[in-house]
Amino acid sequence: MTAPMTATGATGARPVPPGLGSPLARTVRLGLLRIGYEVRAYFRQGDTVFFTFLFPVVMLTIFSVSFSEASFEQTADGDDITAAWFFLPAMLAAGVLLSGLQNLAIDIAAEKSNGTLKRLAGSPLPVVSYFIGKIGQSVVTGVLQAVILLLLAFTVFQVPLPEEPARWGDFAWMFLLGVITSAILGIALSAVPRSGASATAVVIPITLVLQFISGVYLRFSDLPDWLQSVASIFPLKWMAQGMRSVFLPDELVVLEQNESWDEPGIALALAVWLVAGLILTRLTFRWIRRDS
Amino acid sequence: MTTAQNVVEVRDLRKTYGDTAAVDGVSFDIHRGETFALLGPNGAGKSTTIEILEGYRRRTSGEVRVLGADPERAGLDWKARLGIVLQSSGEVGAVTVREQLAHFAALYPNPRDVDEVIGAVGLEEKAGALIRKLSGGQRRRVDVAVGIIGRPELLFLDEPTTGFDPEARRSFWALIRQLQGEGTTILLTTHYLDEAAQLGDRAGIIASGRMVDLAPIGELGGADARIPIVRWVEQGGVREERTHAPAAVAAALIDRLGGEPEGLEVIRPSLEDVYLDLVGHEHADDLAPETLTETRA
Ligand SMILES: Nc1ncnc2c1ncn2[C@@H]1O[C@H](COP(=O)(O)OP(=O)(O)OP(=O)(O)O)[C@@H](O)[C@H]1O
Ligand SMILES: [Mg+2]
Repeated sequence: MTAPMTATGATGARPVPPGLGSPLARTVRLGLLRIGYEVRAYFRQGDTVFFTFLFPVVMLTIFSVSFSEASFEQTADGDDITAAWFFLPAMLAAGVLLSGLQNLAIDIAAEKSNGTLKRLAGSPLPVVSYFIGKIGQSVVTGVLQAVILLLLAFTVFQVPLPEEPARWGDFAWMFLLGVITSAILGIALSAVPRSGASATAVVIPITLVLQFISGVYLRFSDLPDWLQSVASIFPLKWMAQGMRSVFLPDELVVLEQNESWDEPGIALALAVWLVAGLILTRLTFRWIRRDS
Repeated sequence: MTTAQNVVEVRDLRKTYGDTAAVDGVSFDIHRGETFALLGPNGAGKSTTIEILEGYRRRTSGEVRVLGADPERAGLDWKARLGIVLQSSGEVGAVTVREQLAHFAALYPNPRDVDEVIGAVGLEEKAGALIRKLSGGQRRRVDVAVGIIGRPELLFLDEPTTGFDPEARRSFWALIRQLQGEGTTILLTTHYLDEAAQLGDRAGIIASGRMVDLAPIGELGGADARIPIVRWVEQGGVREERTHAPAAVAAALIDRLGGEPEGLEVIRPSLEDVYLDLVGHEHADDLAPETLTETRA
């Protein structure tokens, strides 16, 4: 503590504090700033990079290698659908769940108990900017993760990727809507763990069960009807179905519920969960528990 | 309620947890540009009071005005005028000192220059280091830096120099004097009474949630508290006398005892003595000085 700081304005006469400016513009500007801050910190965190970011990549590799002899279905032309091809959409959907819900629920619960949120609560950061930062972090890391998965599947495991632009258009809206919904649900779920230490224990079982019943690790078409119906309540089933609709050949639609990709259903389910997540967040999110 | 001169006004503030009162009817004002020290033993209610003023905790009853607003209802414009250094710093994500300060600077309408603040807390060499890799005292300096980056009108410092080495403490004092020179109003808690004496204009001493004294630092404990004490040993017992003329008392002793009095001391009560006197009665039991004396004897 050595160098003196320069004072602005005449000494003694304190300048009138400038206002913060237009709330909306400020919220967006600081939200974008938060995205940069969050993404940088995310990638410096070795354990999240491995367990959240690279996890689907690792899983796709394991599935592709372990089941390299197996054929899952056949295309209309009689080509085999390899394990890598079959599991690529599942892992993309899992990535959306991990980058959003699992990552944020654990991350925010930890920030709540380690004092980060208390510090922010004392600053003029709008809470919505904080959310934009977190959602943005999920989108950025989710997109990077998807790119890595696609590259890996295409180059190493020779999975044929769709050529029609319309399919990539479907992929874009489903992926974005999915990752944003997943992120908002993660923010809402962060209210549940009582401490940062218990967050993993609360969140991982939820995401794990969802992945098993939603057709990520197990073939959805093999699950009993009642379990398929249970899974249809939750967003991950729809996300996985959407990814299959983009990356699997059209003839495999016969394996889906009602033998339909049901795009409107996907949009509706994800949108309903998004709104539910927003409402829950509005009701439960607090920078700190004021009475603690 | 807040007048032009008062940045903080607290009336009969109370905060209870269950049926224990952490703050039990505290009242004080802080004038614009003043540094007010809140002193008291562990668990006295200092942090509870500060955190109520910062808007972190709800009060059970009483009236509070901070920069003209009720902290429980104040918005972002109000927060932009405050600087907060909490007692416990908590953790920070994987960001460097400079990134953290630049980020917080961006949240305020008229922030200080990031590099100047880094210099002011003596962290130039650590500016590019991850905060979590700093030493405890260095991390505490980052807290102070974050507290002042927004050029606050009112700065809350809850035991800011915990873990500072002596040199860092001195330069922290210089920094605070500079902020005072710029007109910043400061509420400071500390267990270092020399720090309170160096920086504070007025002080409130709280013990068990109650304000036991409130005065300019030099006048705490009342006019008599700083009267020198002459102490000596006579017939195996310690005697003492409070007097404005210690030399005359000592001279009279020599006359009376016919020689040099045994164990003669002249004590000018320091702020610490005055403070211990004020909080002493309430905590004499906790500290059990009798037991200590007995073991020594
Ligand atoms: N969240 C809480 N729940 C229950 N009791 C609390 C809580 N926070 C503080 N207290 C109690 O209120 C009293 C005052 O605590 P406070 O933290 O304000 O003390 P302090 O003066 O800041 O002490 P220190 O010098 O140790 O920081 C203590 O007895 C403490 O146990
Ligand atoms: Mg305290």
